[in-house]
Amino acid sequence: MASAKEMKSLVFGPVFANNPIALQVLGICSALAVTTKLDKALVMGIALTLVTAFSSMFISMIRNHIPSSVRIIVQMTIIASLVIVVDQVLKAFAYNVAKELSVFVGLIITNCIVMGRAEAYAMKSPPLMSFLDGIGNGLGYTVLLLIVAFIRELFGSGTLFGVEILPLVSAGGWYQPMGMMLIAPSAFIIIGLLIWILRTFRPEQVEKA
Amino acid sequence: MEHYISLFVRAVFIENLALAFFLGMCTFIAVSKQVKTAFSLGIAVTFVLALSVPVNNLVYHNLLAPGALEWAGFPGTDLSFLGFITYIGVIAALVQIVEMFLDKYVPALYNALGIFLPLITVNCAIFGAVAFMVERDYNFGESVVFGLGSGIGWTLAITLMAAVSEKLKYADMPAGVRGLGSRFIMVGLMGLGFMSFSGVSL
Repeated sequence: MASAKEMKSLVFGPVFANNPIALQVLGICSALAVTTKLDKALVMGIALTLVTAFSSMFISMIRNHIPSSVRIIVQMTIIASLVIVVDQVLKAFAYNVAKELSVFVGLIITNCIVMGRAEAYAMKSPPLMSFLDGIGNGLGYTVLLLIVAFIRELFGSGTLFGVEILPLVSAGGWYQPMGMMLIAPSAFIIIGLLIWILRTFRPEQVEKA
Repeated sequence: MEHYISLFVRAVFIENLALAFFLGMCTFIAVSKQVKTAFSLGIAVTFVLALSVPVNNLVYHNLLAPGALEWAGFPGTDLSFLGFITYIGVIAALVQIVEMFLDKYVPALYNALGIFLPLITVNCAIFGAVAFMVERDYNFGESVVFGLGSGIGWTLAITLMAAVSEKLKYADMPAGVRGLGSRFIMVGLMGLGFMSFSGVSL
């Protein structure tokens, strides 16, 4: 059985030191379209964390029984079933958010973080460790999503979680919202800058020219 | 006819899967270092998109949609909750068939596409286009146009980006922004450029 320290590094390692988005370029597919509002980003982050954790756990449980030639299909089936569960739960209990997230909940299936962890970690590790690894990578994804959403919502519409922080000019306040923050390309630029900041503090991540 | 042309233009430029919806970004960022490989990947994605969107459209309208099983004597069934798992299954099967077909009959293309083909199953652009097709309730004709158009749009975006990346190699950037960081910022700027199409309507 692994030590507590090892477990801790599994959960917290991916948050900063080995962030799945910033370092491994995984899972940005659906990440950026849901970051215009903090609540959307939070729901998406939780959904992805749960799917990654449980799919890693289930795949790890049956890893010795999966023939390697059909493993991708098996992994896909497990992940897709979990995503259907998440999707149905969201539609039942948070219909408005589910409507706003539209196809992006479904896109968790093809999110490279889920597949990547299943393939790279869960196929050769015991269930509990895989579960923690899934939680950690999901957290790393959620943290990055929340940072981007924080910047976009604050400067784009002057609110945080829908609560007014900077009073807008249109509502009699002083803040002129930056429309660019609400459109897709700003997310790329913010993430690019975040990577730059992260790598300035962690020079070992810098790519060789 | 006009309706189809306008849908096509929208899929290629205005609602470009890569630049407006961030779909297929993993491959987009990882592969777009050389124009040649980026272009072959684009062709492969277009091929699979143009097949899988219409096929999934048929599957949805004849099997999964509420009341779709009426022809089989089950007028009250609604299997739409099985959507995700069905689409991904159909996509995986199609990719497999395309791969085997190319291997047997067009080996030159098969070798050029190489490892990209199996990876296309997990390309979010394919699944995203299928999900959009279902959400927007396209009919069969529209789904053919939409699949083809979004494939071409994706190819265009990834090829352009690879071309810029090739030149960026010679830029002297601060250490932290080299590689991944600069590529993200570049995609953002290209996305801004593509936004200027948003006023176009036919």
